Amino acid sequence: MTLSFAAADWLALFTHFLTLSLLAVGGAITTAPDMHRYLVTDQRWLTEAQFTSSIALAQAAPGPNVLFVALMGWNVGLNAGGGLGAGWHAAALGLAGVGIAMAGILLPSSVLTYSATQWAHRNRELRAVRAFKTGMAPVVIALLIATGWLLTATHNQPARDWPLWLLTAASALIVWRTKVHLLWLLGAGAVAGVLGWV
Amino acid sequence: MPLDSRPGTASDTAAISPLSPPPPNHPRSHADLFWSFTWLALQGFGGVLAVVQRELVEKKRWMTREQFVEDWAVAQIMPGPNVVNLSMMIGGRCLGLSGALAALAGMLTAPLVVVLIVAVLFAGVADTPAAQGALRGMGAVAAGLITATGLKLIGALGKNAMGWGACIAFAAATFVAVALLRWPLAWVLLGLGSLACGWAWVKLGAAGGGASA
Repeated sequence: MTLSFAAADWLALFTHFLTLSLLAVGGAITTAPDMHRYLVTDQRWLTEAQFTSSIALAQAAPGPNVLFVALMGWNVGLNAGGGLGAGWHAAALGLAGVGIAMAGILLPSSVLTYSATQWAHRNRELRAVRAFKTGMAPVVIALLIATGWLLTATHNQPARDWPLWLLTAASALIVWRTKVHLLWLLGAGAVAGVLGWV
Repeated sequence: MPLDSRPGTASDTAAISPLSPPPPNHPRSHADLFWSFTWLALQGFGGVLAVVQRELVEKKRWMTREQFVEDWAVAQIMPGPNVVNLSMMIGGRCLGLSGALAALAGMLTAPLVVVLIVAVLFAGVADTPAAQGALRGMGAVAAGLITATGLKLIGALGKNAMGWGACIAFAAATFVAVALLRWPLAWVLLGLGSLACGWAWVKLGAAGGGASA
């Protein structure tokens, strides 16, 4: 897919991520539906497959999941340059897309978070600051356990998915109770998957 | 830009809140921050948080379990990717704005290169049964890692000023709302979160201000 991409379009791309940044409470992934509406449906800068694979690849690869935004920028840039087959020109536009998308999604939220936490650190004796940290602790701990639950619950056919559940429960138990390196566990999970055990 | 690093900021970063005991260790330099976050980001398949807890609390001991929970609460409630927020907070606490940027760069640079290489090289094989199987297996393990991180941190609630019973009640309500009822995260944080903060405010007042170590 090839796009005709003008400076105004780059600016629009940047502004889109910029506005989503402050809405991304709970992670950038919560704004993915709006990215889909804008990038795929309205502007047609990404194909459906590019959008989906950007999210899947970023979650499979190491690092923060927010990198799916970088891959979306990369794909928009590639499309603007005529696809990866078009060579270095397209790759350069892809990298420009990465920079614009990541700067947009990270700048506002990072500035806000950094200033707010510096303020909170300077005022850490305030009763309000201490009440916030004390009160939120059980809530966010429960959120972690809930996230693990939700990730497992997407596999919802007991007859087929019980090996996956077993693998999740086993790795939770091992991490909770032992000091085994996390990479061994992930490697074991990958091998079990390739062999078709889960 | 509100990002000014006031003269006081870097020096008072050494001072730890008297509410919790100081962590045994701290990052030595910007390079230490950068490479530490690079290494833990590169281990974070399917989410970095479990690795942050394992590396920074259990191995490097840059922060105590209680501090980790406090920081994580803030990182979670602020907009933006929460592990990115967390890395900036830890870097900023230790070495000011430049420390925050070093940690942020460590968290993003190497994984960004890796994910682009993966996108270019492996986009073609992503649909093969072997690749799909590997993703399924690693996804199941990642779900276990994140659950275990939550289970480990429950212990940090022992020192919570709200008391054990209230903590468990709020945690259970949050789990039910998010995992079983599937309420939107923002509403849960706003609703249950403010309820819990309000209760903590009352308890902290009753404990007589500073007497709640």
